[in-house]
Amino acid sequence: MIRVVLPGHLRTLARVSAEVQVNVEGPVTQRSVLDALEAQYPMLRGTIRDHVTQERRPFLRFFACEEDYSLQPPDTPLPEAIASGAEPLLIIGAIAGG
Amino acid sequence: MSGVRVLVGTRKGAFILTADGKRQRWDISGPHFSGWEIYHLKGSPANPNRLFASQCSGWFGQIIQRSDDGGKTWTQPGTPPGEPTTGPGGMPKAESNKFVYDVSSETGKPLTTHQWYDGTQHPWEFKRVWHIEPSLTDPDTVYAGVEDAALFRSTDGGKNWKELSGLRGHGTGPKWQPGAGGMCLHTVILDPGDPQRIYIAISAAGAFRSDDSGKTWRPINKGLVSPYIPEPTAEVGHCVHHVAMHRSRPGVLFMQKHWDVMRSDNSGDSWTEVSGNLPTDFGFVIDVHAHEPETVYVVPIKSDGEHFPLDGKLRVYRSRAGGNEWEQLSKGLPLRDCYVNVLRDAMAIDTLDKCGVYFGTTGGQVYASADSGDNWTPIAEHLPAVLSVEVQTLP
Repeated sequence: MIRVVLPGHLRTLARVSAEVQVNVEGPVTQRSVLDALEAQYPMLRGTIRDHVTQERRPFLRFFACEEDYSLQPPDTPLPEAIASGAEPLLIIGAIAGG
Repeated sequence: MSGVRVLVGTRKGAFILTADGKRQRWDISGPHFSGWEIYHLKGSPANPNRLFASQCSGWFGQIIQRSDDGGKTWTQPGTPPGEPTTGPGGMPKAESNKFVYDVSSETGKPLTTHQWYDGTQHPWEFKRVWHIEPSLTDPDTVYAGVEDAALFRSTDGGKNWKELSGLRGHGTGPKWQPGAGGMCLHTVILDPGDPQRIYIAISAAGAFRSDDSGKTWRPINKGLVSPYIPEPTAEVGHCVHHVAMHRSRPGVLFMQKHWDVMRSDNSGDSWTEVSGNLPTDFGFVIDVHAHEPETVYVVPIKSDGEHFPLDGKLRVYRSRAGGNEWEQLSKGLPLRDCYVNVLRDAMAIDTLDKCGVYFGTTGGQVYASADSGDNWTPIAEHLPAVLSVEVQTLP
């Protein structure tokens, strides 16, 4: 089971109160985790990745085990601690404004 | 007793203000979708308890929300809470927040670029839904005007959206360019007398009309003069801020252009200026009295460089002559030190006997008049910046 922590606004949209858990078949990557997340919560489609290009929305970042994976290719394997469920994948809204 | 429901979209959520027919005591519910920009929400004339809302964010993109109980509860169309979100085979039941431009070969000439601020061509990029216009007769049919400018339609209650690509593809698209607020399709008017006729307006392209339910379009900007564009009388390129119509006379249109208040008596085929004695004819909103088709309202704004009322006095102007002769309406409005703006979709009019007029400001106030504009009262004073105001007259 993969653990994913969503930004507050997306938790509201998905009607979940804390981190969510998704099942991933095969390699655990950004793409496979997001595919599983969107399958389980279709209301999140388009909010994390663009509908057409499937690219990360510019103001969101992906962190795993204190490392920024945002700029990694989407099929890059995520750390074993994410795959085992020991650590969550963090989806974080960039802090912008002043 | 009849009542009214005022739908307010703001920078940080939606608010619903309700009152009985006297319109003296108001209840406010909200914020709905707290923290999100709500560019517009509007009810279905065919089913007033069905509301649609455009919810968006620079972080998370575009969401469409729908209520079927007058705004008490909301869902994304096709993904109601508590029900499976996917159908057989794992496919999502709906893609209500998916707005994808039509670039299929069936359109004949898929369009990929428009004019950018510097005159170069720039790809069309979806940003947000500015305006939602439910069908006059079918609660499942609804139109969405979006940025970058295009018109989408849903025929399943907002679950899925398809572009009416004949608009972007009719030929002038490469000459459209963004206004200061982006290249937005902000006005959608459905003709109550001709179900095939649709008017839309775009900043900065102009007004357009379809006479075949959105398949084909043509610009309707003859008579508009915009000295700040290379060809002041060009077919397209005009910064139209808003257009309004009275239901009883769908061929008569009133327009607040960037500068100039305009009028057409032939369904937009030609326009004449009716700014008359307005203290400034820059502004964003324009609307028409519910029962007097020659009575028009605007809120003059100082200039394109100074988006606030002239002299710090917030005043509505009313013409009972269809333009040219305007009277100031200021009883109950702030007449000193007021430097808010009133954005293009932030005025609405109810249909009670003595019709109510409503408008919202970027300072978070919503003002109402229960006597056609003679007297004004703030019915909400401390909301986030108001982006849009709509009103429903309830039985």
